[in-house]
Amino acid sequence: MTKVNICGIEFKNPVIAASGTFGFGKEFEEYFPIEKLGGISTKGLTLNKRDGNKGIRIHETPSGLMNSIGLQNPGVKGFIEEELPFMEKKDTVILANLGGSTIDDYLEGIELLNETSVHMIELNISCPNVKEGGMAFGIKCNTASEVVKKAKSISKKPMIVKLSPNAENIKEMAYACVEAGADGLSLVNTFNALAIDIYKRKPVFNNITAGLSGPCIKPIALRMVYEVSKVVNVPIIGIGGIISFEDAIEFIMAGATAIQVGSGNFIKPDITIDIIQGIEMFMEKEGIKSLEEIRGII
Amino acid sequence: MKSSYQDGIIESNIEISENIYELILDGDFQGSPGQFYMIRGWEALDPFLSRPISIADLNNGRIKFLYEVKGRGTHIISKLKKGDKLSILGPLGNGFDLNTKGKIALISGGIGIAPMLYLAKSLNIKADLYCGFRDKPYFLESIGQYVNNIFMATDNGIMGHKGFITELFNPMEYDLVYTCGPTPMMKVIMNICKGKVPLYISMENRMACGIGACLGCTVETIRGIERVCKEGPVFKGEEITID
Repeated sequence: MTKVNICGIEFKNPVIAASGTFGFGKEFEEYFPIEKLGGISTKGLTLNKRDGNKGIRIHETPSGLMNSIGLQNPGVKGFIEEELPFMEKKDTVILANLGGSTIDDYLEGIELLNETSVHMIELNISCPNVKEGGMAFGIKCNTASEVVKKAKSISKKPMIVKLSPNAENIKEMAYACVEAGADGLSLVNTFNALAIDIYKRKPVFNNITAGLSGPCIKPIALRMVYEVSKVVNVPIIGIGGIISFEDAIEFIMAGATAIQVGSGNFIKPDITIDIIQGIEMFMEKEGIKSLEEIRGII
Repeated sequence: MKSSYQDGIIESNIEISENIYELILDGDFQGSPGQFYMIRGWEALDPFLSRPISIADLNNGRIKFLYEVKGRGTHIISKLKKGDKLSILGPLGNGFDLNTKGKIALISGGIGIAPMLYLAKSLNIKADLYCGFRDKPYFLESIGQYVNNIFMATDNGIMGHKGFITELFNPMEYDLVYTCGPTPMMKVIMNICKGKVPLYISMENRMACGIGACLGCTVETIRGIERVCKEGPVFKGEEITID
């Protein structure tokens, strides 16, 4: 009943754990069977291992949080050797979230991932917390288009492009990425934001700005999903402050095929299970046989 | 499989010193000294994140936490009364190594005294307690019977030594040291103990998830970046690099 299909890959339900909030699943396996998820998007990978940012990495805001982790990850090879064997034993879709500082980084990363069992690549052109590359690719349509086109030309896996809400124009950005070959889009990543420690008279984060996520961004993310769904005809994965089944249904009604749960994983490790069960109950109660019936209904 | 957040019913929640509260929950809780729980004292999404608080004592499933009111989350928790419910997740992290021998010192600064009661009770040897406070000392009546000597310092000299607790401590007198407190104090202790006496240090950091997923609470160690919530909060002194 809750099955969805994205770029030829079947998901048992539309709930995916968002990149950067779920590690590689191991920490959550202690709390629920992670194969119950529709999919898992890996911690953001870069070609080479990264230690991430120094200083404060987390700051709470009203109904949300800011983070400046800085893509701490084991690198693509480290992921393939140390993390993927655990993930591939689980019956769930694996999205390899791939970031990069240069186009060559992305391409080398894709070549390595091509030879693995990951089901899809989620091209991350939207991380706000790395100084070079990252979000820089996700702001301007022409740079985004270039990296997507080259990445798609060598990718043997379906490729979803994760958009930044900080793009100059989210609709143009989405259109440019689809024109460049994106098989699907996920949106949105965190919002570029600022917090100041008034006693130290300094920004909270070493990088000054950081990424804002959580329920506080949901209405804006929802609007962006709605707008983008009107200008592209590829599947959209909605992301942004989803912590309940009602939130998830809103995103689907706004045009999303699936959704990702991010910050919500931090306030309840098995929150995704609540959301999956809530969607099933909602569908039963409302007499909905397939999510396609309500997708983009508004 | 561990359970996710569970309800805890408050048996008491008392201010034992200015802004310092002792919270007791009735139930069947578990944990070892140095471990912590993530606590939510509200159902709303603001504050968004739970608060990590270390186990102060555990007795037949009844759990005690000692916490300082620092921000909105702990302020809300401090207003809860007997019979109120809160959500907790734990026990989390790795606690203190209790396999010890010789003469032991426990050194705490401020609210860093929180894990010392359960630690002192769990050691097979009575330790000496060194505790520093900004102002009036607290929690000592609870710990007193489980330790040998208590050495005390206050910033203003209202009780005990006037100055830092580290000024009273001589590492050459001990075979093992456990510490918990503010980063500047622990930095001094790490320097004092280095090469002289083994040290276990309980680290504190901002946390979002408490279970190792967000990578928000990392610390630099000799093995590379590690998570305070997962690989810690207790580390060996020689493993940690404090900036």
